[in-house]
Amino acid sequence: MNTLLDLVLSLLVLAGAGFTLIGSLGLVRLPDFYMRLHTPTKATTLGVGSLLIASALYFSTRGQGISLHEVLVTVFLFITAPVSAHLLAKAALHLRLRSAALVPAKAGEGKDPSQVAGA
Amino acid sequence: MLSLALDLALALVAAAGVLSLWRLLRGPSAPDRILALDTLYIDTIALVVLLGMRLDSPLYFEAALLIALLGFVGTVALAKYLLRGDIIE
Repeated sequence: MNTLLDLVLSLLVLAGAGFTLIGSLGLVRLPDFYMRLHTPTKATTLGVGSLLIASALYFSTRGQGISLHEVLVTVFLFITAPVSAHLLAKAALHLRLRSAALVPAKAGEGKDPSQVAGA
Repeated sequence: MLSLALDLALALVAAAGVLSLWRLLRGPSAPDRILALDTLYIDTIALVVLLGMRLDSPLYFEAALLIALLGFVGTVALAKYLLRGDIIE
């Protein structure tokens, strides 16, 4: 029982730390702001989420009752992460940051106009 | 086994913090730096939670909760400043 618990806790902790590292790695590696906005949310939800589950399990099995403090942090992070990402995206659009993505061709460009009208 | 995993996880999260710090110093735009700061406080929450398990002390949750609260307020204030040129209108 104790070995199984240790195994589960180790897996959760390593998965959480790995996702946190991947989140920051994406922040460094991706080419423009709008792509970089996407990776830290993985660190918030999956990374810190599994770390907090591991922590709740760990302190609940110490024999001092069920530990639910971690749920507070989890709920708070899950509520605030989209809000701050939305505000940052709005700020970037307001500052007119360039995206590295190519602008898609306009409808009808290089095509037969009758086909575009039919589609 | 668990303490070994915890040590490894602490090293990984610390490396994540260093990478976020690199983006914070590098920029190139202001929203990039704010996003890096946001990620840095997420990494710090992970670090504090891991440290609480490593040192077997439940006192670290309050610190993690405070970092989460103040980090969110800071991110919102900085983004609001970029959007409006003012924080409290």
